[in-house]
Amino acid sequence: MKSLKASGHQLASAAAQIELLEQQAETRQRPTFRNQLESIDLFPLRPTGIDVLQINVGKMCNQVCKHCHVDAGPDRKEIMTRETMQQCIDVLAQTNIPVVDLTGGAPEMNPNFRWFVEEIKKLGRHVIVRCNLTIIVANPKYNDLPDFFRQHQIEVVSSLPFYNADKTDRQRGQGVFQDSIKALHMLNAVGYGQPDTGLVLNLVYNPAGAFMPGSQVSLEQQFKRVLLSEFGIVFNSLFAITNIPVSRYLDYLVASGNYDSYMEKLVNAFNPTAAAGVMCRNMISVGWDGQLYDCDFNQMLDLTVRVPGRHISEFDADALMQRAIIVNEHCYGCTAGAGSSCGGTTA
Amino acid sequence: METYYDPADLKKFGQISEFQKELADKFFSYYGSVFAEGALTAREKSLIALAVAHTVQCAYCIDAYTNDTLEKGCTEEQMMEAVHVAAAIRSGSTLVHSVQMMNKVKQVSM
Repeated sequence: MKSLKASGHQLASAAAQIELLEQQAETRQRPTFRNQLESIDLFPLRPTGIDVLQINVGKMCNQVCKHCHVDAGPDRKEIMTRETMQQCIDVLAQTNIPVVDLTGGAPEMNPNFRWFVEEIKKLGRHVIVRCNLTIIVANPKYNDLPDFFRQHQIEVVSSLPFYNADKTDRQRGQGVFQDSIKALHMLNAVGYGQPDTGLVLNLVYNPAGAFMPGSQVSLEQQFKRVLLSEFGIVFNSLFAITNIPVSRYLDYLVASGNYDSYMEKLVNAFNPTAAAGVMCRNMISVGWDGQLYDCDFNQMLDLTVRVPGRHISEFDADALMQRAIIVNEHCYGCTAGAGSSCGGTTA
Repeated sequence: METYYDPADLKKFGQISEFQKELADKFFSYYGSVFAEGALTAREKSLIALAVAHTVQCAYCIDAYTNDTLEKGCTEEQMMEAVHVAAAIRSGSTLVHSVQMMNKVKQVSM
């Protein structure tokens, strides 16, 4: 399977995605996301702080998941340079942003990944790595990643869309479940997810289809029970995340005929409490080329932050705190039901 | 295509209160309580509902509880097993009445 970009797909263009999302709201005569925020006095949406610097270090990935909002894959060559990484480190040194969330693609495939992690840790910041698990077993040069993570006390957040092979492989590719289980055993073996080690291993559940996630508490109980009884695997928490209609997931929705009904479901499930707690209010997302965004989804839609300095080299915390966060129809994904963020439910 | 069952009608379920609000309100309140977490989990209740939906052959309910069981993290295998439970009870309930048939046969036969 190729990325949308490599296959020349129309939805590889951010503009085409935005046009589709806006057109849908207009033709269905549904309230726009902006209307919804206005109705609860949240528009314009303002930041509450900058607690997380989420850095996308590249779109290169060893997997090609059907729902990937990054359109990542082995054919994507966009990768953050060491120079841009240094600019991120400079920003961290000048600010007191406590959490750095590294994502991709597979962030570990960036050749400067380990150096970057070490430099951030020297500044005493908490580092989260969004690890797709299979990268750990994809090539011998990555086999020691669990040790590297442990050595630097990295919080590992790993996608595992279901506790069986069928649903996981349908979404993430043949054999992904089996490799994920191997990687989880390796993480557990060095102490991740084990009681009293302080080595945090969180899993991410997102629905393998056009439906919303159920109760995070209930899903976590199921995942813990099955993964322990069938595979002897332990982990800390499960984050239930709603699939956002962006990029390959948007393509899936359209191609499968589920687009209208999924959007309707998200709109009908709009939750004001979730809207008040959206993750874009306390984070800044950095793209592989150093551009700044309100979140990873806005990044994929080329919606850079609405401030004069839109590059990490021009980072101005005061200006960013005054900005209006850019919203559009895809934002319904973060405000539906129990809410959704990179850390799971929000409401 | 016009059919008796319009999937769009499922979303209008709440509108039954238009003709009789008091009873509808009581029903929806009861319905909400029935499906809340209790001695059975919400997930178990959803699987029961899916099975019953097949037994009463309610197209709306099948759609609704297929979606609900998926959302609650059920596997396709679990969902189909629930339907088989309903099917087994349904066929069993047919077959157990054959005892009455056999009794009658024996009663009227030489």
